[in-house]
Amino acid sequence: MNDFAYAKVSTVQGALEAIRAHPGAMFLAGGTTVVDLLREDVFQPELVIDIGALPLREISVGREETVIGALVSNSDLAWNPAITSLFPVISQALLAGASGQIRNMASVGGNLLQRTRCPYYRELDAACNKREPGSGCAALGGGNRSHAIFGGSEHCVATHPSDFTVALTAVDARIQLTGPDGEREVAMTDFYVEPGDTPQRENRLRPGELILGVKLPHAHAGRSSYYLKVRDRHSYEFALASAAVAAEVSGGVLTGVRIALGGVATVPWRARAAEQVLEGRRASPALLAEAGRAAEQGARPLRDNAFKVELVGRTVTAALHELTGLPSGPQPA
Amino acid sequence: MPYPADDRDGLTRRDALRRGLMFGASAFVLPRLLGDAAAAEAGPELTGVQPAKEFTVAFTVNGRQVNPTVSGRSSLLEVLRDPLDLPGTKRGCDHGQCGSCTVLVDGHRVLSCLTLVASVAGKSVTTIEGLAEGTELHPVQAAFIKHDAFQCGFCTPGQIMSAVGFLKEPWAADSASVREGMSGNLCRCGAYCGIVAAVTEARQALGHRRA
Repeated sequence: MNDFAYAKVSTVQGALEAIRAHPGAMFLAGGTTVVDLLREDVFQPELVIDIGALPLREISVGREETVIGALVSNSDLAWNPAITSLFPVISQALLAGASGQIRNMASVGGNLLQRTRCPYYRELDAACNKREPGSGCAALGGGNRSHAIFGGSEHCVATHPSDFTVALTAVDARIQLTGPDGEREVAMTDFYVEPGDTPQRENRLRPGELILGVKLPHAHAGRSSYYLKVRDRHSYEFALASAAVAAEVSGGVLTGVRIALGGVATVPWRARAAEQVLEGRRASPALLAEAGRAAEQGARPLRDNAFKVELVGRTVTAALHELTGLPSGPQPA
Repeated sequence: MPYPADDRDGLTRRDALRRGLMFGASAFVLPRLLGDAAAAEAGPELTGVQPAKEFTVAFTVNGRQVNPTVSGRSSLLEVLRDPLDLPGTKRGCDHGQCGSCTVLVDGHRVLSCLTLVASVAGKSVTTIEGLAEGTELHPVQAAFIKHDAFQCGFCTPGQIMSAVGFLKEPWAADSASVREGMSGNLCRCGAYCGIVAAVTEARQALGHRRA
């Protein structure tokens, strides 16, 4: 760890003033990413501003939307009765991530900003454009089994690690921000940016901004939804491929379909081609298999992760079987 | 606990280490304190004071009020073990991957290695040393002994604290959740069968009888 100073703030205004006065500072919430990366010297701030005491711990269910404060813990959100009943995919995604201890610590806002698990990002001796712009990407010619098949560039192929953000993408969530220019909202699908030639920039958060919370529009409340995560071990592991699927299912017909993918892309990945296959059509095993294949479109596998192409397609198909209740037998070839 | 720690006569390895560290640290800490002069009871608020590198933090551990002088970089794990002299909480990976440093903060299980001690100001911490009531073991401790749920014992305090926290969480009502609920704690000896049996039994002893 570098020799940073520590301070805490107790109001949102105090947090914004602190970060404006100390542009080299970083916010600390649950600490499950930040403390780890401080210890690895990946983060070397002059000052850590602890925002854990800010009054952002409410989950409020309104008429039009549910608003989740940025400091609600992943556990509290996952077990919240409104979330489990209105947005089961969010609860399922949270409970599929990390461990009981980490979910108790990790915040909603921190989850949105968690850093990639690409091992080269954490290894200071390795080239990594995300950590040190211009140094290169060790993953492109190195071990890249866990890396992205969607949204990568010649500068970065690191996956976004979060399960929660994949579920949020499938329910059209919006992120509430505040900063020097006041409050604003950004849709999940606009918040993250693909690496391109600036992989150090992961999202549209502006300097000095703070996440206040996440808004869940009730247009998606109460619909069928499901999160399926495939990983190397049964628990406490990041996704090789995951799918969040949500739709209105009426008489077997799917409408308002949302499919988002995790573990396979540089950002939470909306599988629009797969959505289009399903939209307005009656679910059948053949249709769900077709949607799975559509989810594979545009994949650009690397040396070690060609298996992810078929894996993600089958993950989507299997998740859709859970969503629709159609029995999942052997998949057509 | 089956193996009482550090109660032998004479100078233990821990004492020797601590004396060496304290001697080394004193020359470092004092100028820091004088230089930053920002000691505050609950950790420094940024407004109106300079950010601090050394300060005191007040919280309770196992019901006892403590007020250690810490660095902004100190983890709860480091401070529990030394200077608070509660070495039951173990440093395993120090990266939030093994669970051996699990403690309860305000009743919730957390990883003390990824918790900056400054962030527990005003909170209540429970470690393995605070679990038994007098000589009466907590039901999870008793179940671990009964089911031989350890071999080397290094991960055991974290396993037990994690189980105590888990059994207060909503999903503990489902008996099938024990393996998943305990997945954040690794055991290199592979005592998992005993651990699952112990947590399952403790779950029943603590009154989870549904499902």
